[in-house]
Amino acid sequence: MHQLTIAEIILGLRRKVFSSTELTRHLLDRIQQLDSGFNSFITVTEERALTQAKAADQRLAGGEAPALCGIPIAHKDIICTSGVRTSCASKMLDNFVPPYDATIVEKLNAAGAVTLGKTNMDEFAMGSSSESSYYGPVKNPWNTSCVPGGSSGGSAAAVAALLVPGSTATDTGGSIRQPAALTNTTGLKPTYGRVSRWGIVAYASSLDQAGPIARTAEDAAYLLSAMAGYDPRDSTSLNRPQSDFGKGLNNALTGLKIGIPTEYFGEGLNPRTAACIQEALREYERLGAQLLDISLPHSKLAIPAYYVIAPAEASANLSRFDGVRYGYRCQTPEDLRDLYRRSRGEGFGEEVQRRILVGTYALSAGYYDAYYNKAQQVRRLIKQDFASAFEQVDVIMGPTTPAPAFKLGAKSADPVAMYLEDIYTIATNLAGLPGMSIPCGLVDNLPVGLQIIGNYLDEARMLNIAHRYQQATNWHTASAIAV
Amino acid sequence: MEWEIVIGLEVHVQLSTKSKLFSGASTRFGSEPNTQACAVDLAMPGTLPVPNEEAFRYAVMFGLAMQARIGKRSVFERKNYFYPDLPKGYQTTQLNQPIVGAGEVEIYLADGGNKTVRLHHAHLEEDAGKSLHEDFHGMTGIDLNRAGTPLIEIVSEPDMRSATEAVAFLKKIHSVVTYLGISDGDMSQGSMRCDANVSLRPKGETELGTRTELKNINSFRFVERAIRAEAERQIDILEDGGNIVQETRLYDVDKDETRSLRSKEVANDYRYFPCPDLLPVILSDDYIEQLRVQLPELPDAKAARFQSEYSLSTYDANLLTQERATADYFETVSRACNAPKLAANWITGEISALLKRQEITISQSPVSPQQLASLIVRIKDNTLSSKIAKRVFEAMTKSADMADEIIQKHGYTQVSDSRALEKMVDEVIATNSTQVENYRKADEAKRPKMMGYFVGRIMKASSGQANPQMLNKILKEKLDALL
Repeated sequence: MHQLTIAEIILGLRRKVFSSTELTRHLLDRIQQLDSGFNSFITVTEERALTQAKAADQRLAGGEAPALCGIPIAHKDIICTSGVRTSCASKMLDNFVPPYDATIVEKLNAAGAVTLGKTNMDEFAMGSSSESSYYGPVKNPWNTSCVPGGSSGGSAAAVAALLVPGSTATDTGGSIRQPAALTNTTGLKPTYGRVSRWGIVAYASSLDQAGPIARTAEDAAYLLSAMAGYDPRDSTSLNRPQSDFGKGLNNALTGLKIGIPTEYFGEGLNPRTAACIQEALREYERLGAQLLDISLPHSKLAIPAYYVIAPAEASANLSRFDGVRYGYRCQTPEDLRDLYRRSRGEGFGEEVQRRILVGTYALSAGYYDAYYNKAQQVRRLIKQDFASAFEQVDVIMGPTTPAPAFKLGAKSADPVAMYLEDIYTIATNLAGLPGMSIPCGLVDNLPVGLQIIGNYLDEARMLNIAHRYQQATNWHTASAIAV
Repeated sequence: MEWEIVIGLEVHVQLSTKSKLFSGASTRFGSEPNTQACAVDLAMPGTLPVPNEEAFRYAVMFGLAMQARIGKRSVFERKNYFYPDLPKGYQTTQLNQPIVGAGEVEIYLADGGNKTVRLHHAHLEEDAGKSLHEDFHGMTGIDLNRAGTPLIEIVSEPDMRSATEAVAFLKKIHSVVTYLGISDGDMSQGSMRCDANVSLRPKGETELGTRTELKNINSFRFVERAIRAEAERQIDILEDGGNIVQETRLYDVDKDETRSLRSKEVANDYRYFPCPDLLPVILSDDYIEQLRVQLPELPDAKAARFQSEYSLSTYDANLLTQERATADYFETVSRACNAPKLAANWITGEISALLKRQEITISQSPVSPQQLASLIVRIKDNTLSSKIAKRVFEAMTKSADMADEIIQKHGYTQVSDSRALEKMVDEVIATNSTQVENYRKADEAKRPKMMGYFVGRIMKASSGQANPQMLNKILKEKLDALL
């Protein structure tokens, strides 16, 4: 049962091949048996999952059940779940149990999904390897001495290890797509504003966007259809008509214009990864698409701009974790300053502290224009790059990551090397565009991801493009572990 | 040397919206601590701000009333600093693009003159919570009921040249916001607070001296006293050849002096940047025009109308229109008795003294407008002398009786019967032969003054009820007949 896709489970449940309770029990058992090897969950909500599954079974028996009724999923532990600890993989929030659900949790619950638990991640979503968690690093099911990518490494690893068919994740600079690429899963970061951020602990508000990780584009479409939509509780939420993302999946790709940015195929790209991407692009030509070389001239500025804007926003977003109202508080503070200093010093991990410091510096008097303002100017240029590209092409394709998964600890001492992991993904966050990663090959038995970048609100077409590829190839069905 | 005081004010006005600036929690005053703070006000992780439309409307109404430029595009920024009663670790406020731009305020001075004070801008922001130091033995309690309450901060140019002008400015702001109904203006409850920037320069000098900022003054009276005390302190330093240190100071009411709170050198770097959770607020011309036509009659317009409609002096008209409640009170009285000048005199005289004595506002006045009108009617038709009228008024402060009831109960009717008056005059002439003799011998010019003696005797004998005009006439006739 655990290797089934969401689409297959929907059929199985409706045809009464198995019940949601059976499936849920089975996956909970697998998590219990296997997850110590991957560390992809922080919290498993067994009792709640079984209650939800039972309720789903009753609704399924009664007919008229919503789309995802009885489908087991997991939520990244940065997404608030009412009554269930939401730690952000930080000591700071180790004891934090929100009294509310994030909007996407509400929506997925309403769609009938069953929550198995909360997945591990980089602390406060800051990282590209899922090694900075207070609860220990996540391991890549394809090779447990390798990282699964980050920051949504737990959500990706849980899907890759066949512990859950789909999960929610967040992507601020590539945190859905990069781990999806490194674990052979399908991950989609929607257009900024497509999915509500309400109830998702903020890292960098203007870049954060939640999306699904699943085994197929079709499954991602199911999850996105449930997650997306206008939310009056999030002022940056887009008020646009809701699409059923599963509808156009089989549309033909004849005449599709795919832009290939020359900047994404230069120095730093692993040649064997490049070869996998080239092969995937040839497959698209076979499917009727046309490849065009394009240029995104400001690409090389994306990482520096990101590492000014994201930490700047983070430095303010994380100010609330001060030991005063909730979360971690240091023992016996001497005075208020000491309470702040030690609560934050002891509660936050190294990378979080590094970014808070960088962000505070970038915003400080005398440096604001040189850093923050300059970065915002770069951001506008990057947006313009994409805007001109989309005048010529329908989608943009390239590698998701420069290379396959690296060894645990390999980049821990070198933050910049770690930051370069997101070199191809960060620009879309700066531009607010949707981006996706789908499996497209293996290098030394480690997965390679093809990135698809779409125009604003063009998720339906991206899913169509991904789905047709997955109909024509088998890379997405390759499994990390013996079934 | 002759010194000139230069004063600029920053006035914080709490807007009387039902809910907070960015959350649905109530803004009511005086509730149990932390009963009006929702997850957003507590800055719980994942929560997001949603702007309160009513607050924008109020701010725009204020701007329109001040003839100010309205910021059609305003931007919220984060002002970052740590304080236990600032839950998010930043205050959401407006810096570079406020909702109200430059404007002008006409102020009226006690000597009858007036002056234009320029408004620099006014911006929307959220209030912080309150730290409670009593009852917590070595610890601090935090009440977040006020956190997130909408404020407009009104910043003047340094155009005021005396403490009196500063008070007049503050009163004008108070008058406008209460007229508009956008704030209760209650300074004792902190609905209106004021910071004053005070500097000195030699008279004739155009450059500004070093200023100090007097924080959180919460009454009209203290604004005046605090500025006077600070100006004296600065003069002493300057005349001794010293320099003023730029710093924030507090006014100590008991000692009538200001003292240093913190110097600007160690002031925070607030690291303002645009709040990524809130989009810029764009106001359409239609929206602004709609508010413009809905504005109520404002104090200046009302004062002009009072002058033309009721033939009041400029001074009286300004005095009566300063507070909307006073103006309404006046109009009710004036319409009921059809004697606007008498009404104005009584309100600026007796009523005003009564309110000051009892430390209450006009809406709490024990003498209702209907009562006062009934009294004025009886003054106008000569039933009451002004002396008796004051007694009737005194009775009104203790009961809800109308003038006629009081007159009847106490037998206060004025004696206007000429035969009765003649009898009184005859009697006083008969019993005061020495004074009559003196009157006869006196110079023509001295006689009117001497008549006062007889009037006094008769008034005393009649308990003040004799109609003074008639009495004077009869007495003069009778005395002159003896010449």
